[in-house]
Amino acid sequence: MSINTKKVMKNAWRITKDRNLTCLRIRVPGGHLPVKFFPLIQEIADQYGNGTVHITTRQGFEVPGIPFSKMEEINAKIAPIIDELEVKNDVDINKSEKGYPAAGTRNVSSCIGNRVCPQAVFDTTSLARDIEKTIYPNDPHVKIAVTGCPNDCIKAHMQDIGVIGQVEPVYDRTRCIACQACVNNCAKVSTGALTFSNYKVKRDSKRCIGCGECVLKCPTGAWTRGEQHYRLVIMGRTGKKNPRIARTFMEWADRGAVLKICSNLYGYIDKYIDRTLPKEHVGYIVDRTGFNVFKEEVLKDVTLSSKTKVVDYINFGGYENR
Amino acid sequence: MGYKFTTEEFNRLLSDLKKQYRVYAPVLLKGKGRFSDTDVVGYGEIQNIDDVIFTQKSYFSPKEIFYPISETMFYFTEDEYREPKVESKEIIVFLRSCDINAVERLDKIMLENGKEPDYYYHRLRSKVKFIKIDCPTSFDSCFCVSMGTNYTDNYSASIHSDNNGLYLCDVKEDINGLFSSYGTFAEFKPLFVEENDFSVEVPEDINLATIAEHDLWQEYSSRCVACGRCNTSCPTCSCFTVQDIFYEDNPKCGERRRVWASCQIDGFTDMAGGHSFRKDKGQRMRFKVMHKINDFKKRFGMHMCVGCGRCDDVCPEYISFSRCVNKVSAAVQGVNNDG
Ligand code: SF4
Ligand code: SF4
Ligand code: SF4
Ligand code: SF4
Ligand code: SF4
Repeated sequence: MSINTKKVMKNAWRITKDRNLTCLRIRVPGGHLPVKFFPLIQEIADQYGNGTVHITTRQGFEVPGIPFSKMEEINAKIAPIIDELEVKNDVDINKSEKGYPAAGTRNVSSCIGNRVCPQAVFDTTSLARDIEKTIYPNDPHVKIAVTGCPNDCIKAHMQDIGVIGQVEPVYDRTRCIACQACVNNCAKVSTGALTFSNYKVKRDSKRCIGCGECVLKCPTGAWTRGEQHYRLVIMGRTGKKNPRIARTFMEWADRGAVLKICSNLYGYIDKYIDRTLPKEHVGYIVDRTGFNVFKEEVLKDVTLSSKTKVVDYINFGGYENR
Repeated sequence: MGYKFTTEEFNRLLSDLKKQYRVYAPVLLKGKGRFSDTDVVGYGEIQNIDDVIFTQKSYFSPKEIFYPISETMFYFTEDEYREPKVESKEIIVFLRSCDINAVERLDKIMLENGKEPDYYYHRLRSKVKFIKIDCPTSFDSCFCVSMGTNYTDNYSASIHSDNNGLYLCDVKEDINGLFSSYGTFAEFKPLFVEENDFSVEVPEDINLATIAEHDLWQEYSSRCVACGRCNTSCPTCSCFTVQDIFYEDNPKCGERRRVWASCQIDGFTDMAGGHSFRKDKGQRMRFKVMHKINDFKKRFGMHMCVGCGRCDDVCPEYISFSRCVNKVSAAVQGVNNDG
């Protein structure tokens, strides 16, 4: 058997512990899949694989136990999935019958967001799909995820870029009955950004993280949802070397800025990646170049609104060689 | 007298009305729902008839228009006080039969309860005229038929769409002659629902002591989260508290406001000295239910609750007031009922 492992992996197939068998990977940007594709996935697993699928943490499917010889045939079969989830979403793939053109940049995953979850401040899947369109297909190893509120069910804090929804609560004092439900709740479950004085509520915008809890609790609609924003946390990672949780890079950013920063990340990687290594994960590049170089590169041509706050510096603790 | 209007004709009528009146109706408040990307139907001023939401019940009731959620009664300084200016325009409200009946309940409490009519309520309420939104069918949680509030003739005009682009109005008071001048005479009847999906049996002859002790209230102690939505959406809740505000930069000046209060929320029965005599949420539910379907009638000859069903619609814990009333009925009859 002669197999170009690099090509196989770039095509989103796996090298597995079984020398003769590979494993198909299917990406589901934003984690929301029309069920009409289940029969196709089942058919592939039954006919070519071992009748099982593995559901990945990144919200894709892995279909194991497939002979390498069937890759081309299956690539053609999954074209409808690629067409619907990628091509129709304007992802730049021109030969969907050839399978996935890249695998380094991982599926953009998201929590269920406001399609179901009452806590969610926005439609996470829709942003995940917009990010997918911006960054895929691409080879660099990058993980991005989108979460609907600071509960962070998708674990945005374990990503290279984690996007967390923020909503600016708007207060109509004429509707407030001074029940203090918002004040007590913000203190209990969120940041304590609200105070009560002279029978009305004040919000400390420096403290508020835009979770929307006050809106959820208010019985009169005195709090309603204002502008939609995002917090970006960066350079979280798992791995053998120096795993860490992501840190806040930016708050109250708008959608355009989020997308531009995701795209700029690739310019930064291209400029600074260590090409002597087989691959270098972006977090380790940041460890080498330092935060300031990263910051300058990803903020290029990004228009920030007057509300957006960017951190001055993040001390990630450096590159620990142990 | 019946009149029909094209949209254009009705809008011309509206723009004439708006010279003298502020016109309020249920409107779609875009993005103002509790959850993200959701809308809510609430009361707002309208520009034209297309702004009016006919196909949904409003989440909040119309009472906030003439009984504001938070209202400044007067401003004070050390030795004098002054009332805020009151808008000179009169008010027209689009509302349904149950809500018109609800205003009649509010009138009882606010105008006929004490020695004097409530000054602040009267001041705005006396400016209000009704346009009744006809109900061709009832909504999910309505039980107006059970409460006898599906009918009213207390309106200047009624309105419904004939589904062919015409609005049909039964006019009882031809305000400034506008209805007869913009509309065309038509034969039809205003619409009232005769049937709801759900009916409520209001118990008579309640032995209050026995019902107070009954274990049917217990489940609400754990289910209710005391958010107060059932009160703030109710068209007949009338309780308020008074707040004296001393301005931060000059505590010698300030204002007195009155603000809606809610009997389900913590603190409603708090008294000086820190006592709070209905801590238990099941007991608060009992107080509310009994007030709505028993105590009020003893005094005013009609039930306070008009069966609009909003309290059911808005409860985050899916507590149903109407089911609760039926449980009370069953309990009164001594029937075991665990529905
Ligand atoms: S992160 Fe927030 S929005 Fe997303 S599923 Fe969790 S609670 Fe819901
Ligand atoms: S959005 Fe969240 S953090 Fe901000 S005031 Fe409301 S509850 Fe508090
Ligand atoms: S929850 Fe709403 S009504 Fe209650 S204090 Fe807060 S803003 Fe006012
Ligand atoms: S108690 Fe409920 S059903 Fe009755 S009037 Fe109030 S909101 Fe409507
Ligand atoms: S709306 Fe429901 S949970 Fe809230 S106070 Fe009323 S009964 Fe209790």
